[in-house]
Amino acid sequence: MTLTLGHFLALGAILFAMSVVGIFLNRRNLIVLLMAIELMLLAVNTNFVAFSHYLQDMHGQIFVFFILTVAAAESAIGLAILVLLFRNKSSINVDELNSLKG
Amino acid sequence: MNVTTGLFYIFSTVMLFAAFRVITARNPVHAVLFLVLTFFQAAMIWMLLKAEFLSIILVLVYVGAVMVLFLFVVMMMDINTENLRHGFWKHFPFAAFVGVLIALEMAAVLMGGFRVSEVAVGGVDPSVGNTAKLGKVLFTQYLYPLEVAAAILLVAMFAAIALTLRARKDSKYVTPGIQVRVKAKDRMTVIKMDATQAAPEPAPAVEAEVKA
Repeated sequence: MTLTLGHFLALGAILFAMSVVGIFLNRRNLIVLLMAIELMLLAVNTNFVAFSHYLQDMHGQIFVFFILTVAAAESAIGLAILVLLFRNKSSINVDELNSLKG
Repeated sequence: MNVTTGLFYIFSTVMLFAAFRVITARNPVHAVLFLVLTFFQAAMIWMLLKAEFLSIILVLVYVGAVMVLFLFVVMMMDINTENLRHGFWKHFPFAAFVGVLIALEMAAVLMGGFRVSEVAVGGVDPSVGNTAKLGKVLFTQYLYPLEVAAAILLVAMFAAIALTLRARKDSKYVTPGIQVRVKAKDRMTVIKMDATQAAPEPAPAVEAEVKA
């Protein structure tokens, strides 16, 4: 039984579903929400790498490169906002983030 | 079942277990450490897919920088986890149902739809490494997006610093921007005046008389 593209895609799908469950479960804890987003991006990247390998196309890996860049920027700004929030409210509960009334 | 298949199953089992612990761990520090384990397993799986450069980048840059940043931030905060986990088990059945549904549907479609195996594609040219191939595409075809990515990182750095920088109110300091922009004209004014001045006129006689 050799590995097919489907194996890797199924792994990515399970990982993605697991991070969706994580968002459902920890919807009050902002830091676990950020971690679940990281897991989602990892699942998507795994899919990209798998397609890139099996279809012999280098552009998929280029995409992973850019996704990693943007994810790093996103988590840096997200954590900065988190630190600022914790400094002002002494809490990272998502339910208390209601001061920005639209 | 060859070695690669066995390795794939080992890595994915550990990876899924670690991901499960990330979303269920009581302590956020444990969650971050399990996230690091997940990223390591993902790097190994990418290595199986012959994406060496990205695999090493994932470990060096992502685990080495971003996850350590996460760890620092989590450790700096004093989080009351019990309050945050309120309603955790209440949502669990629904969340598990949605998750299993997503996983099963996607796996059913993907496992059936993509039966591409490595044999059908043909061998890879082993003389050119993955890094060299990636670099060739990145620096020719994707040069402009690469520059944009660099700009995004720079902007992210500025944003993170600007958000968290806290100036002390009690310290006195000079703003360098104003300091640089100052000209000699602003600091010193040259006034034209005579070398000798006429003596003030004596007071009028009438006033002197009134005062007396």
